[in-house]
Amino acid sequence: MSSYYESQDLQKFGEIGQHAKGLADDFFRYYGNVTGTDGALTRREKALIALAVSHAQKCPYCIDAYTTQCLETGANPEQMMEAVHVAAVMQAGITLVHSVQMQNHLRKLVL
Amino acid sequence: MNYDFEAQLRRRSLELAPRAVDTLQVNITKLCNQACRHCHVDASPARTEMMSPEAIEKCLEILERHPQIATLDITGGAPELHPGFAAFVEKATKLKKHVMVRHNLTVQLDKHPKTGASMEYLPQFFARHRVEVVSSLPYYQQYFTDAQRGSGVFAKSIEAMRRLNAVGYGADWSVLVLSLVYNPVGPYLPAAQGSLEADYRRELKAKFGVVFNRLYTMTNMPINRFRLHLEKSGQLEPYMDKLLAAFNPVAAEGVMCRSLVSVGHDGRVYDCDFNQMLELQAAGRDGRALSIFDFDFDTLLGRRIRFGEHCLGCTAGAGSSCGGATAE
Repeated sequence: MSSYYESQDLQKFGEIGQHAKGLADDFFRYYGNVTGTDGALTRREKALIALAVSHAQKCPYCIDAYTTQCLETGANPEQMMEAVHVAAVMQAGITLVHSVQMQNHLRKLVL
Repeated sequence: MNYDFEAQLRRRSLELAPRAVDTLQVNITKLCNQACRHCHVDASPARTEMMSPEAIEKCLEILERHPQIATLDITGGAPELHPGFAAFVEKATKLKKHVMVRHNLTVQLDKHPKTGASMEYLPQFFARHRVEVVSSLPYYQQYFTDAQRGSGVFAKSIEAMRRLNAVGYGADWSVLVLSLVYNPVGPYLPAAQGSLEADYRRELKAKFGVVFNRLYTMTNMPINRFRLHLEKSGQLEPYMDKLLAAFNPVAAEGVMCRSLVSVGHDGRVYDCDFNQMLELQAAGRDGRALSIFDFDFDTLLGRRIRFGEHCLGCTAGAGSSCGGATAE
């Protein structure tokens, strides 16, 4: 039985242009300009950010791609794991900060 | 998928003819104290191949007769384990050749796997003959280094670097050159040589107090032991796709086989160390296979370099050679 998220499907990313080539071309140009070049951030820093986002968004394609990209830009495993912790702690913080809303409403309800 | 290297050259009208023979790279033994997982030579303590004394003398004679060949690059295995190693270095330096030794660092501390002899004399020996020491250190941390080269290799490599530093290697004030070689620990391309060199310099100095002169980045070639790993893990095709997609014409122009020839332990001549391991012997225009025993400089310069799909490893990204990136 086949399953979602076959690793070889990442090679088919370019097929998003099949029915909207112009938009796909725009996207890939933008994508390449942002992630493929050193700018105010280095390619390594961008790869670490992308690795963190990949985890936050739970995208297996992106996790594979940016694990490799991190290595190919010279990042080490400690830096990569720390980037994932940034994603994790942001998600935890986002959940916890919503408890302020819960407490606001609680105070409204309680006599 | 078709990984035809020469088709890539034709598509871009690239003609990669020999430009010079300025380096004689000689593989004097496949014996090694290590058995690294990526080794393209398949070197290990079990190997027995050794260059004969006659072949070493022939190499020296070639070096003496050809001032154009300024560099002798001695490799293995661990070349220091060859019984004629020290004499080869001494005689080549007397000929005023620049001598490079591909030194795996740990051989200083491991005893000779066959004879049990101590190899601790090496730093002083290298320094005395002003040998350029070129040493693999796949990363500035233990994790990747030990994964590729064996448990405990990182710690031993650092100790060996300290001993080289102690006799003047890597220091700003010294003429003694210690070059390190980075190669990826898996099927991916090296990071940019310049930025990785800065990382190595900072981390090795700060954490271990060791110094070096320069870092060469090299790509893993899809041959022998590394190819077997790729096949077994289902990564060969993705890796070849990656090398093909990253083909860089500028790197192709700078491939090392255009200025170097490689000599096997039996005296056969090859376009590079990788062709040597694949037994793709260099041949003259008349098709005659070349060896040091009928060495002819003009025949070598006029030869057609033999290419194969593994050559995509030397032309991917910033390029790869025994002297590091070729297009950075």
